[in-house]
Amino acid sequence: MRAVDLILSGDPEILSITALSLSISGLGTLLSCVWSIPISAGLALRNFRGKRITKSLFNALIGIPTVALGLFLYLLLSRSGPLGYFQLLYTPWAIMIGQSILVTPIVVSFSTSALESVDPDLRSLARTLGASDLQTYEVIIKEGIWGVTLAVIAAFNRAFAELGVAMMLGGNIRNVTRVLTTAIALETSRGDIALSVALTLILLAITMSLSVVVNLIRRSGP
Amino acid sequence: MMPHIETVDITKEYDGLRALDHVRVRAELGQVTSIVGVNGAGKTTLLRILAGLDTPNSGKVLVQGHGVTPDQLRVHSTMVFPRNVMFGTSVYENVAYGLRINRNSNHDIPAKVTSALALVNLDGFEKRKARKLSSGEQRRVAIARALALERDVMLFDEPTANLDPANAMIIERAIKGSVRSRAILLSTHNLSQARRLSDRMIHLYRGRAVEEAEPSSFFSNPSSEATKLFIDGELQY
Repeated sequence: MRAVDLILSGDPEILSITALSLSISGLGTLLSCVWSIPISAGLALRNFRGKRITKSLFNALIGIPTVALGLFLYLLLSRSGPLGYFQLLYTPWAIMIGQSILVTPIVVSFSTSALESVDPDLRSLARTLGASDLQTYEVIIKEGIWGVTLAVIAAFNRAFAELGVAMMLGGNIRNVTRVLTTAIALETSRGDIALSVALTLILLAITMSLSVVVNLIRRSGP
Repeated sequence: MMPHIETVDITKEYDGLRALDHVRVRAELGQVTSIVGVNGAGKTTLLRILAGLDTPNSGKVLVQGHGVTPDQLRVHSTMVFPRNVMFGTSVYENVAYGLRINRNSNHDIPAKVTSALALVNLDGFEKRKARKLSSGEQRRVAIARALALERDVMLFDEPTANLDPANAMIIERAIKGSVRSRAILLSTHNLSQARRLSDRMIHLYRGRAVEEAEPSSFFSNPSSEATKLFIDGELQY
């Protein structure tokens, strides 16, 4: 009951943690889309040697343990690492970059499946109407846009709910890199169960409601 | 008279199977040329090559006597498929899409869409969602979409397959009404339709053009044994 009260009271710390989580995971997911959607369009619409292996690799990487990725990126970003010069470790940027890499296999694999499931005759149709390669891709991507959107939502949910990357690259610094998952871990270990439950309820509400909203909009689509 | 479009010894193989074998066909402006034949004879393959969607293994396609690439062919021709393929948009947007990407002016597009839809009796259907229409209506949208482009080569692959007589009649009328400035090639295994619509008929059998004639002599005096059997409904696949 105290957990619900904490949420309803608009506790500033809870609000700030939630806002930071949303912005880091949101930007991380969008950053990943910059390369993941073109990669999935290439995988779905072009034929090339090694295509099947590439798809399998992205599928396999969906389940990569977040701590493994977190450790790898920690070594890269730490002061003595090859990217240490940029001093990104323990900043929100580090978490954002880590999450963008973490969700890349999800966006690529799910978007590729969505685009591959578009009626192949639509491609022929666009071409017989005079579409260029680029315009044909545009038709296919528009047609598969709901599948791609669901892939992006799934990716956001994965980023939003992951702990390993946020903890190892962010360090759980209050008001700087403390996000919902790291705050839940911390408050649980401290024994503040009510606050942990409040943060968990927010985490669950956001991840579930996003998928529900997208599915509802999708049903009213063409 | 020089044919508007012709194929010269087109051969196409899929996985070692020969779908077309040194096929020569020609079509002239202002004429409907029917490609008839049993399923698997190579009709769709031939039309897809003429639409620039597939490339032959050997042979070439000429337009006005000049060899053309698949990319150049797509500037001359458009194709209507036997299966209804609609964009997930309104009827208007389906027909306007080709006009828009072919750089028609925004000012002209509404009138062209309206007039193309009128040709297939779909006046007033502009705002309807294309995929929610009946099968016959969707096929008519596909015909309007192709006609709106005003290409000089129109390819219709089984344009009335699985349609009721009323829809088939509207489509046949639209095809016949649009032939004046175009070369139309239509594939069908409906011989009575081919007789009604065609100025010339070509019989494809096992990837070869075994008969080419005007409808009257095609039916009354076919030169090939396969065509005689096909007309009598006794040709084996």
